[in-house]
This record gives sequence, structure tokens and C-alpha cells, in this order.
Amino acid sequence: MYQLKGVTKRYRRGKDTIDALAGVDLTIEDGGRLVIQGPTGGGKSTLLQMLGGLDRPTTGSVELDGVDLAALPEARLTRVRAESIGFVFQSFNLIPTLTARENVETALVPLGLKAADRRERAAAALDSVGLGERLTHLPGEMSGGQQQRVAIARALVKRPKVLLADEPTGNLDESMRDEIMELLEGLWREHGLTFVMVTHDSALARRAPRLATIRKGRVTVTENAAAS
Amino acid sequence: MFFTYLRRELRRRRKTAFVVASGLALGIALVIVVGSVSAGMGRAQDKVLESLYGLGTDMTVTKAAAPPGANDTGRGPRFEFDAKDSGDDQEQSSDRVLVQGFQTLASSTVAEVADQDGVADAVGGLSLQVLKVSGEFKRGEIEKAQPAQPAQPGGAGGGEGRVRGGGAAFGVDSFSVYGTDVTEPALGPLTSSRITAGRTFTEAETDAKVAVVDSAYAKEKKLGIGENITVSGTPYKVVGIATAESADAAANVYLPLAQAQTLADVKGKITTVYVRATDSQHIDDVKTAVRKNIPGTTVTTSADLAATVSGSLSTATDLAASVGKWLSVTVLAAAFLVAGLLTSSAVSRRVQEFGTLKALGWKSGRVTRQVVGEALANGLLGGALGIAVGVGCAYLVTAISPTLTAQLGGGGGGGGGAAATVTGPGGGMGGPLRQATGKAVDIALTAPVSLTTVGLAVALAVAGGLIAGGFGGWRASRLRPADALRRVA
Repeated sequence: MYQLKGVTKRYRRGKDTIDALAGVDLTIEDGGRLVIQGPTGGGKSTLLQMLGGLDRPTTGSVELDGVDLAALPEARLTRVRAESIGFVFQSFNLIPTLTARENVETALVPLGLKAADRRERAAAALDSVGLGERLTHLPGEMSGGQQQRVAIARALVKRPKVLLADEPTGNLDESMRDEIMELLEGLWREHGLTFVMVTHDSALARRAPRLATIRKGRVTVTENAAAS
Repeated sequence: MFFTYLRRELRRRRKTAFVVASGLALGIALVIVVGSVSAGMGRAQDKVLESLYGLGTDMTVTKAAAPPGANDTGRGPRFEFDAKDSGDDQEQSSDRVLVQGFQTLASSTVAEVADQDGVADAVGGLSLQVLKVSGEFKRGEIEKAQPAQPAQPGGAGGGEGRVRGGGAAFGVDSFSVYGTDVTEPALGPLTSSRITAGRTFTEAETDAKVAVVDSAYAKEKKLGIGENITVSGTPYKVVGIATAESADAAANVYLPLAQAQTLADVKGKITTVYVRATDSQHIDDVKTAVRKNIPGTTVTTSADLAATVSGSLSTATDLAASVGKWLSVTVLAAAFLVAGLLTSSAVSRRVQEFGTLKALGWKSGRVTRQVVGEALANGLLGGALGIAVGVGCAYLVTAISPTLTAQLGGGGGGGGGAAATVTGPGGGMGGPLRQATGKAVDIALTAPVSLTTVGLAVALAVAGGLIAGGFGGWRASRLRPADALRRVA
């Protein structure tokens, strides 16, 4: 479970100070699904980075299962990211020189698994997203939707507790968008993940049971009883 | 994963990899070529010096040259011939055995030198010059103006007759003799030559009438093993023919030291002490000690001799030492800098990649190792290329073997005397150099590539890779995943 208390994030840009997050209090239950929406520059990605332990708040705490990520030393924070948090990015962020399977394996490298185990688990993860036949393909040889599937397989192969997605369909066309969303929702249900997604897309936002709207660094959470 | 990732990245960025590797290769190849050519020049100089000294000699000790004085004028040998009676134009000959440079040391100097700290071994030698003047007088014929007047031999005649014709025809034969210490065959003038026929002296032949003859002289005089060579009226049996390893031989004829001393009538005297030091690093200390403790001597080290080497060998050595060294250093430094900047720039282009890996839980150290690994592989590639090019160039130099000329000494030789009076060489330097002044030696340049040079090249390649990796790795390690991902968002 995530528990954010009084989280602020202040950036300096020249002489100006920007409050990306201005006292965010937020709770996300285990297995919960939250969509974060808001205008550009409103602090959506900053909040996601706090949840993922990629950045530290200026003040406040970000607890994951009772452990304050903001106070963890870098090595332990890296370990939390390696074991418990999966990321999916808007531009897929695959390594262009590695094959689909090798890209997925990169998420298992920090866990110290043997190469054979890594290969086996990566192949299974790709199979689960429908890319069992594309193990040796390079990212450049795949469509955008297929690349995002590889990225999803990479996020899930380590069996994380949390899946964080930053505009996962932002670079895809509409049909591909639905396909990827159905895949993500299916995996969320199947694996019992805590799923947090940032999106601009109101249609996608309406599909989430909880919606966090962020404006000028302040978060308002609304429940959507109609969503599945 | 490390090697797979590394291999793929090198292949993906092969143009950058090639530029980095080529830069390093150029620097490393230059280091190899300059190093090997310098080594070749060092060998060439050593050969030149060996031709003077012989193997294993670190320095020579000779008597300090006395300043020229009024007494010097009469030091040359004089040859006196009788004017024979009328009708006797039989050949007359006379020879003189002269000490080279007219300067001798007491044989006890050898022991004194040997007692100095840092001296491993010392032997004495006596350098002689044998001059033989032979020919005949021919009396002039008196042309009688008045038959009643008797002829006056040798005179220009009075008013009664004139002398026509007559005169003298004399030839001068000169050759050098070196008296060597036969009990110390490993040191001394004979070590600059190799016995190519017969044998060298045995240790028992300290005063035997045997000789070793230089091959060029033996050929000129048609001397063979077992034949006799006469020196100042004394026959010596030729037991060996010696061929100089390079340049000229130290002498035409080598005799046991005692025999040479007898010939020159300088019992208990030598001209040169050949010295081997215990440690080649402390030759200057030994030189200082000898000069201080044995006054009146001149000590000449191989460094002194090397300083007198001029000509194209000297010019090329200077070039290799100065221009070559600095060119290598400059190219290497530039290559390291370019490699570092290119690697650093590559990291800048890969911030998203490294940020993603850090988001996936890769530690900074692992990302840094990946960057350094790639740079190191580039460095090793450059090293391999540089070694191949450098070794190839070095072999090319050896194959072409350009000839360099070494001019020894600065022209300290004195002039020859006139007619039958000969003045020995002067000059301030002693020993072999005194004999070698003005001698030009042609040496073929080689460029030997030693394992040390190859090791240095590998070390430079690794250093280049590490420096480049250091630049890039430092940047990669400082990347925060959030910043990296934000920058590309």
C-alpha cells in the first residue's frame, strides 16, 4: 500500500521556484488502480516518479508497505525499484540494440538470476503479452504496439507489486491504444497489481475506478463507481 | 548480458568506435615505431661503440695527454741509413715500433683501477704502431767535364764535373699491433672481433711468439694459419684470424702483452686499461673515482664516446628522441582526449537508455561498468590496430634497413710526419677514441619491437580505454533516473 503524506516537490529554474507538488496526501491500496490526470506541467509525471522511487520529495513521505522511499539510501531504493516496481513509459524506452527477449532480461539482471533462468522467464513474459514468436526481434523491427508490449513484459517479468505507467498509449493509434489498455487491465486483474497510470486521455481515465486529478501540484481524488 | 550488450553497442556505434579506435591506434602505432626505431638506433650506437671498445667494456683508462711542449718536436722516430759505397744499391730497411700516442701507463695501473669501487674487471693493453721503411739509394753519375779530375761523391761538383741522376726510393709500411692480456679473454680489444679461423690465445701464451691477425690484414698480406708474420724482426706464428664484428678492427695484429712490451721496449707499460663496471648504472661514479684516485689518467666511457658520434645516426637519434617522443605524446594525448569526449558525448545521447536501466533497478556501478567496458573494448581495438600498424611499420623499417653513418670523434687526429719521421695522433681523448677519431662507420638501421614496447602499447590502449570510460562513466554515474527520463519526456 502506498501512503503519501504532505509530499512537496520544489524545483529551481533560474531565479524562479516551481512547486511541482504542493502538499500531496494520497493513499493507494494494494491491488488498487488509480489514473492520474491533469494538464501538462501539472505535476503528473513528478508524482509518478515519487511513487516509483525515481525522485525524492522536497518534504513529506512516500511510504510503500510502510517503508518511506524518501528516506531510503540510494542502494536500497534501487533494490526496491528492482524488485517491487515495474515501469511502462510513453516512448517504450527499449534498448535498440537488444532483442525483445534481451530487453525483457534487463529487468532481471539486478535480481542476480542465472542467464538460463533469465532467458526462460523473459520468453514466458513475452509469450504472456502475445510476442512469443518475436523473441529475437529488435525493437526497430516491431510496430509501436509490439514495442509497448515488450515494455509491458519487461515491467512484469520480475513479478512486481506495483506497475507504474506514464502515458503508455501516448504514442499509439486508437486501435492499438485499446489493445494495450485491455492487456494492462487484464494483467492487473490477473496478477493483483497495484496499478497507477498517468494519462491525458479522458476516455482511458473514465475506465479507472479512482481518478486523481492534479492541478498546480494539488491532487483531488474522485471515485468512479461505474468503472470496473 | 554485459558482453551481449557491449558487443551490440559497439556494432551499433561502429563509426564512433572506429574513430575512437583509429585515434588510439595512431598514437599507439607512433609509440611503437618511435620506440622500436629508438631501440634500433640504440643498438646501432652500441655497435659503433662496441667496434671501438669490444663487448663488455664500460670505459677505458689512458694516460692524460700532456700539453704540447718544446720537447715534442723530437719524439718521432728517426730512420738512419748508410750511404753505401759506389755501385752498392742494395735495399736497406729499418723499422720502428712506436707506442700509439707516445703515452704509457705503468702496468700496475691495472691493479689500481681494479681496486676502485664499482670495478668488476680491468685488463691492460698496449697499442703499438709498427713502421717499416725500406728502399735503396742510388748514387748519381758524375758527368766528367775534364777527364783528369776525380769525381767527388755526392757533391755537386766543382767546376770540373756534374753529378747526374742518383737519389733514394723508400717505401713506408705501417701496421698496428695490439698487445693483449691473454689471461683475460673476455675483456680487451679482441672482444670487438670474432675468431673466424684458427683460435684465440690460450691463457698459457702470456709470452709466446704467437699472433692473431685481423682478417682484412691477413687477406692483404696473404697470411694464413700456421704461417709466420714478422714484426720488427721477430717472427710470430699466426694461430687465429679475427674478423671485426662491425667497423674497423682495433689492430692489424694482436700479440700477447709481454711480447708487445718487448717489441716496443716498454716493459711494464701499457697504453690502455679496459674496465668493466659492476653496475652499468654507476659508470659515472667509477669514472669519478678513477680520475680522483689515479691522477694523470683520462677516463673515457661509452657515454663520452656516444657524445662524439655525429653524422646521420646522431641526427636520427636526436630526431627520434625529441620530435618522435613529443609527436607520440601529443598524438596520444589528443587521442585520449577525443576518445574521452566522444564517449562522454555518447553517454549524453544515451541518457534515456541509462535512465531506463536505472529505473529498472540497475545500480550506478553496473551502468558505469557497462560504459567503461565499451570504452575499454574500443581502447583494446585501437590497441590491436595500433600494434598491427606499428609492428608492420617497424618491420618495414627493418626490411628497408636504411643506412646511417656514424662519424666518430671530433677530428683530434694529428698530422702525419714528413718523410721518415712520423708523429703520433694527439688530441685530448684517450684509448680507442684516440685511434678512432674521424672514422666513419655505416650502420644499417633496424627497428626491433620488444615485448616491453608491445606491453607499453597494450598498457596505453587500456589507459586510453579507461580514460575514455572514465569520462563517460563519470557522466553515467551522475545521471539520476528521474532527470534522465524527464529530459526525454
